[in-house]
Amino acid sequence: MQLSLSARSLACLLAAACLLGPRAASAGVLPDDRADLMYHYYDGGGVTIDGPSVLVRKKFAEKYAVNASYYVDMVSSASIDVVTRASPYSEQRTQYGFGVEYLRDKVTYAASFSNSKENDYNADTTSFSISQDMFGDLTTVALSFSRGQDDVMRRGASSFREQVDRRIYGIDVSQIASRKLILGLSFETISEEGFLNNPYREVRYCVTSQCLDYDYEFERYPRTRTGNAFAVRGRYYLPYRAALQGDYRWYTDTWDISSHTFEVAYTHPVGERLTLDAHYRFYTQNSADFYSDLFPRQNAQNFLARDKELAAMSSHTVGFGVAYEFRIRGVGFLDKTTVNLRYDRMQFSYDDFRDLRPTGTARPPGTEPLYQFDANVVRLFFSGWF
Amino acid sequence: MSLSGKSGFAALLTGLLALAWPALAIDGAPPAPEFRLASRAGGELSLSGLRGQVVMINFWASWCGPCRQEFPALDEMYRKYKPMGFALVGINVESDKTDAERFLGMQSVSFPILFDPDNRVSGSYGVSAMPTTVLVDRKGHIRWLHRAYKPGDEAEYIAQIRAMLREPS
Amino acid sequence: MNRSRTLAAALALLALSGCARIEPWVKPYERENLADPIMAWDRDPVSSSYIQHVYESREGARGGTGATGGGCGCN
Repeated sequence: MQLSLSARSLACLLAAACLLGPRAASAGVLPDDRADLMYHYYDGGGVTIDGPSVLVRKKFAEKYAVNASYYVDMVSSASIDVVTRASPYSEQRTQYGFGVEYLRDKVTYAASFSNSKENDYNADTTSFSISQDMFGDLTTVALSFSRGQDDVMRRGASSFREQVDRRIYGIDVSQIASRKLILGLSFETISEEGFLNNPYREVRYCVTSQCLDYDYEFERYPRTRTGNAFAVRGRYYLPYRAALQGDYRWYTDTWDISSHTFEVAYTHPVGERLTLDAHYRFYTQNSADFYSDLFPRQNAQNFLARDKELAAMSSHTVGFGVAYEFRIRGVGFLDKTTVNLRYDRMQFSYDDFRDLRPTGTARPPGTEPLYQFDANVVRLFFSGWF
Repeated sequence: MSLSGKSGFAALLTGLLALAWPALAIDGAPPAPEFRLASRAGGELSLSGLRGQVVMINFWASWCGPCRQEFPALDEMYRKYKPMGFALVGINVESDKTDAERFLGMQSVSFPILFDPDNRVSGSYGVSAMPTTVLVDRKGHIRWLHRAYKPGDEAEYIAQIRAMLREPS
Repeated sequence: MNRSRTLAAALALLALSGCARIEPWVKPYERENLADPIMAWDRDPVSSSYIQHVYESREGARGGTGATGGGCGCN
C-alpha cells in the first residue's frame, strides 16, 4: 500500500494562487514580457521533491496579456507517515496553466485556468480577478474569485472516486503611504466541501484501556472547511538603496485551527548587477479540534485525524538569495536576463505529533518523542525579459 | 526659473481636470505657466523664448516605463515638425540626474532635455500622471493635456500639432 | 452572510473610485523609489509561488499571500 503526499492535497488550492494567480494583475501597466525557467528542490522529513517550473508571459498593445505555465513535482517519499505504515514510493504531479489579462483605463481584468494531475488526484482551478488603481494611483484594490474542483481517487481501489469543491474569495488593498513606504492588506476566505482528507492516512488508537498497545483505523474528516486569512504587510525603501519588508498573517478556520505567520525580508542590491536577499519566517498553529496523536479507543469521535499538518506545530525558515543580471551577446530579443539562486532552511517541530519510527527501545504509546525535522529548499532559476 | 501669476490657477485647473480623461482639450486655453530651467546641452531654456512656435512639453522620468517607450516617437515628431515651427522640450522630473543621464546615453534624442529637480514646474503644471504631455499653441496657451502614454497615442499628438501649426502666431 | 457583506464592502470601495478628488500626497513624479524594481512586492512570481506552495503543503494555514499595486503608477 502506498501513502500519498500531504503535498498533493494542496495541488488544487495552489493552482489558483500559484503561478498564474490573479495577483499577477497590477492595474495601470501590464507587467513586462518575461520567461522564467526554474529548477526546484525540496528535501526534508524523508521526502525529496524536485522538478521544473516554467512561466512565459507576453503582452500585446499594452492592452492584453497572456501567460502559460508548466510545473512538475517528482516525488520520492519515505516520509514519517509512509515509513511507519507503508513503503517508500515515487510519483509525479504535473500542472499546466494559462491566463489572460485585459487592461482598460486603470482596471485590469484577469482570468486563468490550471489543471494539476497525479495518478490519484486531479485538480481543476478557474480564477478571476479585477484590480483597479484609485486615489491618484496611490491605492490599488483587487478582488479575486477562484473555483476549484478536485477528483480524489485511491490507488488499488478503482471504484473510489470523491470530489472536492473549493471557492476562494479575496480582497487585496495596496496603499502607498509615503515616497518610501507601501502598505498592503489582504483578506481571503477559503471554503471547501467534499472529501477533504487523504484516503490513505490512518489514526492510531489505544487497544486496551491501559493503552499498552495501539492499532490503526482510517481518518474521518468533516465534509466542509472554511478558513479566513487576514494579512498585513509593509515594504520600506532604505536611503542607501535597499528594501525591508515585514508581513503578518492570522488564519483561522472551522476546524478550530488558528495560526500566526511572521516574516521579515531584506533586499540589498550590490552594484549594477547583483541583488542579495535574506528572510526569516516564523509560523505557529494550534491543532484541529478532531486531531489527536493517539485516540483513547477505536471510533472515539465522529471525526478523527492524525495528519501532522493539522497538529500543534511551529516552524522557522531562514533563507538567502542571490540574483545576477547579465546580457547575452548575440541574443538581441532579450532585454535583460538574470540567474537566481535561493536557499531556504526550514525547521518544523510538533507539539502533539509523535515520532513512531522504531528506535530499538520500546516506548509506551503516547510517550514517543515529539517529531521534528529540517528541510532544505533550493530554487535555481533563469529569467529573461523580452 | 520664474512662475507667472496665473500659474496656480492653471495648475489647479489642469490638475483637477486631468483626473478625468487621458487626453483633454483645455477649455478657455489658459496661458501656459512660464518656466526657465537648466538644459542638458548647457545654459537655460525658457518657455517665453519659444513663443511663436507650437510647443510640446513632455514631463518624463527614467524610471517610468511608458515615458521611456514614448521617446522614439517624440524624437521622430520633433525631427519632422521642427522646420515648421514646432518645439519639444523633455522636462526630467528626477531629483538626481544620474539615472536620466544613463538612459539618455543609451537612447539619445535630438530635442532639448531640461531638468526640474525640485519639481516646481511639475507642480505648476499640475502633473498628475507619468508621463504628462502638454501642448501649447503659438500664442502661449495650453490647448491639450495628455496623461499617460500607450503605443499609438502619437497619432493623436500629430493630429493636434498639425492643427496648431496651421494657426497664426 | 459574512461573505456577501464583505463583497458589498469591496464593491463600495471600487465605486468610491469615481469620487477620486482626494489630492494624492505622493505626486506621480515623486514615485522614483517606489518604481525601483527592488520595491516590488513580488519580483519573481514563479519563485515566490513555489515557496508558498512549500509552506502550504506542510502547514494548516492557507491564503492571504497576495500583493498588488505599488510601482511607478504610470499610465
